This record gives sequence, C-alpha cells and structure tokens, in this order.
Amino acid sequence: MAQEQEVPIADSRPLGEPVLVKIRGLHFSRGDRKIFDGVDIDIPRGRVTAIMGPSGTGKTTLLKLIGGQLAPDRGTIEVDGLNVHALGRRGLYRLRMRMGMLFQSGALLTDLDVFENVAYPLREHTRLSESMLRKLVLLKLEAVGLRGARHLKPTELSGGMARRVALARAMALDPMMIMYDEPFTGQDPISMGVLVKLIRQLNDAARLTSILVSHDVAETCAIADLVYVISGGRVIESGPPEQLRESGSEWTRQFMQGLPDGPVPFHYPAPALEADLLGAAV
Amino acid sequence: MSEMLARLGAGWILAVRHLGRSLLLLLRILEGVDELLRRPRLLVEQLFSVGVLTVLIIAVSGLFVGMVLSLQGYYILSQFAAESALGVMVAASLLRELGPVVTALLFAGRAGSALTAEIGLMKATEQLSGLEMMAVDPVRRVLTPRFVAGFIAMPLLAALFSALGVLGGWFVGVGLLGVDDGTWWVQMQARIDWNEDLSNGVIKSLVFGFVCTWIAVFQGHNSVPTSAGVSRATTRTVVHSSLAVLGLDFVLTALMFK
Repeated sequence: MAQEQEVPIADSRPLGEPVLVKIRGLHFSRGDRKIFDGVDIDIPRGRVTAIMGPSGTGKTTLLKLIGGQLAPDRGTIEVDGLNVHALGRRGLYRLRMRMGMLFQSGALLTDLDVFENVAYPLREHTRLSESMLRKLVLLKLEAVGLRGARHLKPTELSGGMARRVALARAMALDPMMIMYDEPFTGQDPISMGVLVKLIRQLNDAARLTSILVSHDVAETCAIADLVYVISGGRVIESGPPEQLRESGSEWTRQFMQGLPDGPVPFHYPAPALEADLLGAAV
Repeated sequence: MSEMLARLGAGWILAVRHLGRSLLLLLRILEGVDELLRRPRLLVEQLFSVGVLTVLIIAVSGLFVGMVLSLQGYYILSQFAAESALGVMVAASLLRELGPVVTALLFAGRAGSALTAEIGLMKATEQLSGLEMMAVDPVRRVLTPRFVAGFIAMPLLAALFSALGVLGGWFVGVGLLGVDDGTWWVQMQARIDWNEDLSNGVIKSLVFGFVCTWIAVFQGHNSVPTSAGVSRATTRTVVHSSLAVLGLDFVLTALMFK
C-alpha cells in the first residue's frame, strides 16, 4: 500500500512553483458517457482562472474532481504538489481545510443563521475563544458586505446574499484557493456586479488562487486572468480572455460571442424533418 | 421469457448492490460513534428531534390500542368467565408484541420518514457536499447522531406505548367494564415475567430501532437529489421499514418464545 502523503496545514505557497493545481491526462466517465477525455489543465497561483464551456460539459464535475469528491478513471490531479486521489481520508480533509468552495446553491446549513454558518468551519477546526471567533466572523461578513445580516436565516436571504454568505464561509479558514461553481447563475445585474467585484477583490487582497466555473462570458472574462474553454471532454482552447476573443477557432468564437449555430449545432441530431413529418422515420 | 429472467436478475443485482452499500454506510456510521462522546450535544439535539417529537403520536396510539385491546379481550374472556385474566392479556400483548411492533411502525412513519426527507434535502441542496468541502465528514456529523438517537429512542418510546396501553386497558377494563381493580394488578404482577415478556420486548424494540433508523438514514443518503427522488426515498423508508419490522418480528418471536 502506498504511503500516505504528508499534508501541511499551512499554505506552502510561493517557493518557486507557480502552478497550484496541475491536472494531467484526466479521464472521467459517468456510465457510458465520457465527461473528460484526456484533459490537461494548469491553474496558476494567485490568479483567477476561469473554466468555461456550455452546460453539461462537466465544469462542476471538474471542481468535484479537484476537491476529491469524485475520483477520475485515469489521470492525476495535484493540488499544491499533492496527488488528491492518492490521499487517505484524513489527508484529503486536511487538504480541504486549505480549499474553499462556493456552491451554485450556496449550500448554507438551513438550520443555522448567517453568523453560525460562517462560524461553522472555525468551530469545527479551531479552538478560538468565543470573542475571537465573533470578531473573525464579523470581519468575514464585513468583507462581503453582510455584517448587518448576521442574524438572518438562509431562507430569509436572496440568492445573491446567500452566495455572499457562502463566500464568507469559504474564506473563514483563510484558504489558499477558492473554487466558484457558477457564481453568477440566476443573479440580477446588481448582485452579479457585486459578486464579480468581490471575487476579484478577495483574490487580490487575500492572495488567493481562484478557480471560476461559469458560462457567463462577459462577467467571467472581466475578472479572469486565464480562461480554459472545454467541450466534448477536451480543452478546446486556453489563454487570456483578450486572446480568446480574437481566436481563430470557430468553436471558441461561437461560444465567446454566443452565436446560436456553428460547430455546436442549433438542432439536436434527428432524422430529416420531411421524413419525420411524413412518418417515414423509425 | 429470457427478457423476464434478465429483468429479474438485474433486480437482484441492484438489491444486492444496495445491501452492500447500506452495509458499508452502516460501518462508517458506527465508526463515527466516538464523535458523540466528544460532542454529546449532537446526540441530544437528535434525541429531541427523533424521540421527543414522536412522543405525542406514540402516547395517543398506546392509550387507544390498550383501550381497544381491553374491550375486545373482555368480550372474549367473559365467554369463558375469565375476565380476571384481562390485565395479564392486555399487558402481555403490549409488552411482547404490540408495544415494539406498533411503535416501530409509527416510528417509521413519523421519525423515519422525517430523517430520510431531512438527509435527502440536505443532499439535494448540496449541504452534505458543503460539509465535505469544509473538511467535515457528513457521515459522522449528520448520520451518526441520527442513527444513534433512533436506536436509543425506540425502546423508550415502546416502553411509553406499553405503559400507556396498560393504563388505557385498565381504564376500560376496570373503569368501564367492572373488572376488579385488585385482580387486574395482582394477576399482572404475578404472571408477567421479566425475561419472557419484558426483556424480549425490549430486545425487539432495540432491533427494530436499529433497522428502522438504518433504513431511514441510508435511504436519505442514497436518494436521488431531486424533489421526486427525495419523495420516493421517503416512501421507500416507510415501506421497507414496515416490511422489515413485520418480518423480523416473526423471526424474533419464533426464536424467543419456543
């Protein structure tokens, strides 16, 4: 049996290694459906990296693979030099203490109020005094502009507020990286603007590494340093947003400009319309 | 024919796979019991939710089941001039069978379904995934306290059911039908056996508590994370628990009362 890797509790950043997450030859399937077919991705430290692609291409699955919630069929995922899927449960949990994740739904614990939700990881993993814990939670909530909402229950929050609380919770343990799963979906323009600004500001202020999964092209490109576009189980193209906007690839152009037809066809594969209408198709 | 056999085979494979997964989950749940020693508050909260909130339906049902038992028993026993044995009959029926079995059926409907729905919704709203990503094991933190609470609560609820059933039976038998008060209690004290009646009833309710709560937490944890999926899992909890209780009751009775 392979010896479990030693997982540090503190961040081991800079020290020369510019890549925080290194994905090599990733293969993953659900049943007969191939989600990833040999994907290579490097997530640089201290940057906002966006993973973009149409719905159903496995963007959320990729985050779950990085977080060790799913295991790949083949290939490796290294986070801060540690092979995520070679870690035992304890090692994985120690690594997760240095990762934050913002779920699409917020994933707040519904029986706790906003304050307790943000305090939850601190209560679980630290032995801080109650007064210190209170100060820390209030500071985290202040950072997302919701210090005044600390007594509210998750059911009393709007979608945008819930995501901001979830962001405060994800930052509670001062992680080295935060993964955002579709943070802009279903947001009104004001909430969207707030989230866009927060993700960039927090990344820079706390020297985080951010992985942003989204299909909202404009908002994501406004804050991302690097974009990976994935489709059909492969990385189609990668680079800074400006470079992708000028891309010669038809597929990338269709996605970045939101064109209804192109390499990704408007029509789902079907027999000819005439054959269908006249009843000749089986 | 071959298609039917294939379907049957696939059904069996699925059932065995579910059994295996539920056993693995049970092992992980039991592994986490030490967590409750460090955080007893988790268990206390669940004892309230699983046990205390189920008291009302158990109390009312126990009372009425005892009253009906007394009424029916009186009509039959009086035909043989054996009304004096009414107290023993009511108490033995409740302690040996009705207390553990009816409590378990009611528990599956009230607490078991609530456990499945709660865990299923936590899964559907990504709360369990959220805990995992906060480096908190959802099995230890969410499932273990609920499982242990169900296991502890069931015999206590069955005891309450039987005690109130005896009181309900006494009210009808002695209060309304005129059975002698002294005979009722003396006969019961003389004929109800600690091992044969009481202990066996407690063992039954412990087994039912274990199985019903196991089914409930497994169904919640294994549910498809959609509203329809959680709804189906909740229904399965009630159906599977009820069938398991009735089947196990037969086996346990056959083993205990040879």
